Amino acid sequence: MQCQRCGERPAVIQLTTIVDNTHTEQHLCEACAAQQGIQTEASLAKFPVGDLLGSLSKGAATQLPTAEATTRCPSCGATLQDFRETGRLGCARCYETFEAPLRTLLRRVHGASRHMGEPYVSPGGDGAAAARGPAVAPPELSALREQLQRAVEAENFELAARLRDEIRGRN
Amino acid sequence: MTLDLDLLPDGGVPWLDASGPEGHVVLSTRIRLARNLRDAPFPPRASDAERAQVRDTVEAAVRGTEELAGGVTVHVDELTRLERQLLHERHLISRDLAGLGPGSAVRGGAALVTAGATGVMINEEDHVRLQVVKSGFAPAAAYADLERTDRQLGACIPFAFHREFGYLTSCPTNAGTGLRASVLIHLPGLVLTKEIAKVLQGLTQVGLTFRGLYGEGSEVVGNLFQLSNQTTLGKSEEELLDHLGKIVRQVIDYERQAREVLLRNAPTVIADKVWRAYGLLRYARSLSFEETMNLLSGVRLGAGLNLIGDVGVYTLNKLLVFTQPAHVARRAERGLTDPDLPAIRAEFVRQLLDEDARRKPRGGASPSEA
Repeated sequence: MQCQRCGERPAVIQLTTIVDNTHTEQHLCEACAAQQGIQTEASLAKFPVGDLLGSLSKGAATQLPTAEATTRCPSCGATLQDFRETGRLGCARCYETFEAPLRTLLRRVHGASRHMGEPYVSPGGDGAAAARGPAVAPPELSALREQLQRAVEAENFELAARLRDEIRGRN
Repeated sequence: MTLDLDLLPDGGVPWLDASGPEGHVVLSTRIRLARNLRDAPFPPRASDAERAQVRDTVEAAVRGTEELAGGVTVHVDELTRLERQLLHERHLISRDLAGLGPGSAVRGGAALVTAGATGVMINEEDHVRLQVVKSGFAPAAAYADLERTDRQLGACIPFAFHREFGYLTSCPTNAGTGLRASVLIHLPGLVLTKEIAKVLQGLTQVGLTFRGLYGEGSEVVGNLFQLSNQTTLGKSEEELLDHLGKIVRQVIDYERQAREVLLRNAPTVIADKVWRAYGLLRYARSLSFEETMNLLSGVRLGAGLNLIGDVGVYTLNKLLVFTQPAHVARRAERGLTDPDLPAIRAEFVRQLLDEDARRKPRGGASPSEA
């Protein structure tokens, strides 16, 4: 069967659409299907999801509030505008300088902003290291609220109730 | 500095021996950790002088670790383009560190220290990119090695670490654990049964991502996919690896089922595909890299299904690495754009398959039976 759109290439995809109880069926070739925004094997292979992730971080950078755009990192001199353009931060200190917008970005990208992995203690465990500190229990209130939000979104109400009680207990 | 890859322990690719678990489907398991020095600007923003300083600091620290103490150090910025591409083709350095990406050039301070399965890229997007590659499907073993080296390195040089965000990286997509685990997996069954799009789409829904043979931004060739975790923050290293492991096991099962279906429903078609691929590789006089990859995929499928006994997985893995453009060019002492490369490649493939066929007893359905 030929593609019903271009009439040239062989149809390899059967597209079924139901709008207002009207059922239509189309037979399309790979190219025409891709043009209609349908992901096929070929189009998937050509656009690895890794690219999406890359563009997501850049895209997210462009959504950051503009008021912060003129602040410079005191350590490396980078601005949020630089980050917007390159998708890369300038130094470790940038994470403190732009902490609030980065927290939003990290949540968007990873679904969380709190490190749950191995804690780290700098060599010698000096003052700076102690201030940065390893991620240790008990979790902060903001982390609990975040978990609560996630639990509600996931409709895990049992966990949500437990978290709500814990937050109340702390207040 | 001239680069002699023969000096690298195991040529830098010990995983080729196909000794690992699930070797017929999974070629290798790679895990990397992204780390940065606390007090230096990240490599993309650093000056060449700052990058050189970081390189010296990390190199000295690396020599104090168990795994990398006897490693080979390579200053990537002192290599020719061909040599840089060789290292990239062996998956020892990324396209960015090698300066091979579109519009990119190799920068001062770019370095590699490698010893067996462990390696560290210095001044890639992050100061330190520590990686371990194991044969087959072996995330736990790979991480055990990696964690030890990471701990020893982190005890020697102060890493950038934030009380809330964890390990800090140049790109926020790597922050937190800095851990990316990728499994290089061969999925011809799912491609032939046209189930692959569904599986790949499913992967993205459970927080995994897939790439081609050469990582980020590369196309899929020879039915080889790299499956890896998409996020690095909010879960522990164990959780990330456990999740990836579970999903990859499922994909391996799907692939097995697809191969069984093919073998049951279209045994002649599959046998023909496998032996045609083998025949072309064994006798062709000119082979492009892409054609070689696709034919190798057919033969690898045949070896996995025990349809073909003339060639071992080790040989197929070796062919995968040594038929890449820079490897062929280097072997023949030609340039990367030399028009004779396809002929030289074909000769090399014939030679290796010939040696293997002579060594191996014939198994499965031989050409005369098929």
